[in-house]
Parts: sequence; C-alpha cells; structure tokens
Amino acid sequence: MPWDRNQMAARAAEELEDGMYVNLGIGIPTLVANYVGDKDITLQSENGMLGMGPFPYEGEEDPDLINAGKQTITELPRTSYFDSATSFGMIRGGKIAAAILGAMEVDEKGDLANWMIPGKLVKGMGGAMDLVAGVGRVIVVMDHANKHGESKVLKECTLPLTGAGVVDMIITNLGVLEVVEGGLKILELADGVTEDEMRAATEATIV
Amino acid sequence: MKKVYGSAAEALDGLLFDGMQIAAGGFGLCGIPELLLQAIKEAGTKDLTFASNNAGVDDFGIGILLQTRQVKKMISSYVGENAEFMRQYLSGELELEFNPQGTLAERMRAGGAGIPGFYTKTGVGTQIAEGKEHKDFRGETYIMEEGIFADLSIVKAWKADTTGNAIFRKTARNFNPPAAMCGKVCVMEVEEIVEPGELDPDHIHLPGIYVHRLIQGEHEKRIEKVTTRPAA
Repeated sequence: MPWDRNQMAARAAEELEDGMYVNLGIGIPTLVANYVGDKDITLQSENGMLGMGPFPYEGEEDPDLINAGKQTITELPRTSYFDSATSFGMIRGGKIAAAILGAMEVDEKGDLANWMIPGKLVKGMGGAMDLVAGVGRVIVVMDHANKHGESKVLKECTLPLTGAGVVDMIITNLGVLEVVEGGLKILELADGVTEDEMRAATEATIV
Repeated sequence: MKKVYGSAAEALDGLLFDGMQIAAGGFGLCGIPELLLQAIKEAGTKDLTFASNNAGVDDFGIGILLQTRQVKKMISSYVGENAEFMRQYLSGELELEFNPQGTLAERMRAGGAGIPGFYTKTGVGTQIAEGKEHKDFRGETYIMEEGIFADLSIVKAWKADTTGNAIFRKTARNFNPPAAMCGKVCVMEVEEIVEPGELDPDHIHLPGIYVHRLIQGEHEKRIEKVTTRPAA
C-alpha cells in the first residue's frame, strides 16, 4: 500500500533532529508537527514567529496571532515574535535547519516548481523562494503523480521554478528519494511498493 | 512636534497624490492599516502603486481600493485570496510585480536604511532573476534587488506614545516595521496612544523617528481563516 498523507508526514518527521528550527509549508507538511514525538523541534512561521503552537480552542482565536497560511494559532512558552525582514534574515541567513514543503513538480537536478501555472494559477510565491534558497535542507512532501496520473518527479520541471538545484529529499506516497549526482537515489519504498513500481512511476533518472 | 491627529483623513491630509507609491504593513489581514486604507478610499486618490505583501480580500484591506479601481500596480508576494484582484490582473487592468516575500521585506528595510540595492540568493535561476544583475560572492551566485523608497508608508501598531514610539502585538508586527521605515512620510494607526514614559524604552519595537503622524481608532481586525482544534 502506498503511504497516505499522515504516513508521508510521519516519514518526513523522521528527518528532523532534536534541537532543530524548522519551517513547515501548507498542506501535508503542516501534519509533520503531529509526528515529531519527543524531539525538541521549534517551528518557524515566516510571518514573524518562532515557537508556533497548535490551533486555538474555539473562542480563543486571536486576530493578531496567525501562521503563514493565515490560520489562527497559539504561542508557546518559548515563542518569540519579530518583523518580516528579521524573519527572512534568519531564513536567508541559513539559521533555519530545514524546510518541508509541497510541490507541483520536482526534477532530478533538485529544481522545484510550486508557485505558479502560467495562465491558470497566479497566486504568488509567498516565502517559498526565500526558504528554498536559504534553509539548510529542503524536503519536498507530495503525491508522486498529479491528478491525471502523470509523474511529478521529472527529468526537468516544466513549470516556472521556485528554486534551481535546491531540493535535497523527496518524500512521496511511493517512498523516499534523495537528490544525488546524476539523478535520484531510492532511499526507501513505501510498504508493498516495489522498486519496479517506483521506477515506472518516476520520469526522472533513478541512479 | 505634533504627531497625533484626530482622524485618518486628517492624518493623510496633504500627503496623497495620484500616481504615488505607498508601502503598507500587514500580512494577509493581520496587522493591516485598515483605517488609513478606508480613508484613502474616501479620498479617491488614483493610480496608486502599493508595495504590500498581500492585496487583502475582496471587501477588506487593499481589496476595497481594488473595487474602486484606485490601484494601478501591486508589488506583492502572494495575492491568492482576492477574486477581484485576479480578475483585474488577468484582464490587464492591474499591473503586478511579484517579489519573493523575504525580498520584499528586505527591499523595504533597505530603502529605509538608505541602501539602494543588495544581493540575494533568493530567486536565482527563476523568472524573478530575469533582467537582474548577477554577481558571484564566495563561490555562489546572487542577484541584485533594489531598495524601495515609497512616497508614503501606512502601518498599524498596537500601542504608541505621542512621540510615535511603537509596540506591535504578536504576529501583527510582520511587515509593519520595514514598511514604516521606507516611506518619505509614515502615518501609523494604533489601538491605543499613551503618554511618553508609559512604554518601557527597552521594549519599543519601532522608534518614533520613523513615525510622522499618528491616529488612534477602533479596529475590526478581521480573521481570514479561523482555525481551531477540538475541545480537550
């Protein structure tokens, strides 16, 4: 059985180490926070917060306290707040150990596309370009294929890039791939997924 | 040195002109200068260029100025929550310059700090880098981005004293300090104005030197996406 959203998030959480400052993107990456267990992880929200807490209970929402996805959240005893220039200073400056984010396409060179589809979806890159350019490690978590069944793990991205040569690891419903010299290396297969199935579902070169 | 004004309209008097560039604070609907935006709508100033991370939603924030066609151009990182914005952009009525969020924040900070340009890794190898100067430092390629020097800054803080020393609250700080810094004139709206000495000088987030005019008002503080967890 390929992994579901929660299993992909749980696998991504295994990549995090005690003491890390981490930025989680919207969608499946947000679920990673549920699987860090006993590890001491501090979550950054790029709109200006370190130490992001869980969603509030009903009635405790604060309009001055939101995450980068504009959802209401809460603070923790360790929380600090800062302005956007400082926030992206720590991102661009390499202080954030890892970013886990979704993607529309990834390719074998580690190029990432997740911000626009020309003529169709023009919402903007938000903080994604700064994150992939600046953080220590970029982990993409996404479905292996798009809704038309086509591979999202490509030889070369077709959509406008968010970053070139920035992705370190790709976690999909089929398994875990690492970006290495010459292509992608299979690190792990989801339970019941064979190497042949992974190769058949992947357009990129697997080394 | 009178900084406190009686209303948003009074505070903006003499500062607005057609075709001007305005830097606005806020992230989504959090920490936006909602009273000043409403006053700009009522003033009817046209052909505005806004440097602002987002464009509000259809009926709140900068969205209210899109409805009245007062905006010519947006410099933003994300505009996904505004249907009228998308319609005007796709029909060619509105110009849009996408900036990566950190690049936009730094362009404001740099402009306010007298830095006309800086180099960043963000966007190298993407369409954001097209036409920009590339330069290698320490074995890596960077692109040059320019500081923003706005005609006017409009920002929102939580509290300020009458000299403009300001404190923000939680994530409502966001773009407000860099936006405040990069304008020739900065007008700030706050929830509470206090006397000098009432705020701890060690806890000031934005010194009053950046704030020229100040108003106090009632804020709606609309929440864009109320998200909760189940009761324990």
